[in-house]
Amino acid sequence: MIERLNKAFESRVRLGIMAVLAVNDWVDHARLKELLNVTDGNLASHLAALEELKYVQVRKRFVGKRPNTSYRATVTGAKAFRAHLDAIERLIPRT
Amino acid sequence: MTQNDPAQELAHIRGLMERSTRFLSLSGLSGVVAGVVALGGATLARHHITAALATGMDTLTYGTTRGQVPADDLRLTLLMDAVLVLVVALLGAFWFTWRRGRRTGQHLWDASARRLLVNLAVPLGAGGVFCLALLYYGLPGLVAPATLVFYGLALFNAGKYTLDEIRWLGLSELVLGLLALCWLEAALLFWAIGFGVLHIFYGGLMYLRHERGTAHP
Repeated sequence: MIERLNKAFESRVRLGIMAVLAVNDWVDHARLKELLNVTDGNLASHLAALEELKYVQVRKRFVGKRPNTSYRATVTGAKAFRAHLDAIERLIPRT
Repeated sequence: MTQNDPAQELAHIRGLMERSTRFLSLSGLSGVVAGVVALGGATLARHHITAALATGMDTLTYGTTRGQVPADDLRLTLLMDAVLVLVVALLGAFWFTWRRGRRTGQHLWDASARRLLVNLAVPLGAGGVFCLALLYYGLPGLVAPATLVFYGLALFNAGKYTLDEIRWLGLSELVLGLLALCWLEAALLFWAIGFGVLHIFYGGLMYLRHERGTAHP
């Protein structure tokens, strides 16, 4: 059962990112940072890893004069996240 | 491997998902339908009220100085008109939102939906009781502005938990309601703009911005 856990989600931050993106459309960097309570650098590196895996989609644009980067889960990412959740769920002994 | 206790892990994920969610499945089309229905209802009401005004009806109490107008009949007609508009508009809202939720695969009855409904229902419920009291005390002329004000407050409040357009719609309804209080003789016109035109406008805006051509992952 344990091998069904996705290695990409071993990090709590990555799992958190996917959790937020699974239920939200386009979330920007600042909001993710606020929700996950992590530093910019930490968040950026995890997002880069998820982007590499094609689990998240990135959108850069300007809001007024300030650059704004938003993310959303791809279909692949959402599926992987759900599969991972199911795997965790199966690890919990039924009471 | 830093896999924590799976139960804890799940709780953490669940918390994040709830905290981060706004109710995004609200369909703009439900606003458009509500607007069209409201315009129809307002036209009907206008027909009856104009006839009554012509015979000297008071704009605040809808009573008559000459005793010729069957004011009770008018009140009953308007009440039924209002109830009908409300029911059809609500059915439309649920139908389109349900349909959209099914398409995007989002659960309709989740924490965000509950939060949205509670924040909507509290000011709206208070407004409903307030309006019934106005009718009871014989002040039907204040009902149209009061519905606009309370509906505006409810939307302004609930807007925090759903699409941003709802907050702006609420603010607009609120302003219209306050304006209607200043021009009671035109209250129905303000009501028609608020519940008809604004619903269609913001509903259409929401549809174009969030629904047309967007496929959720």
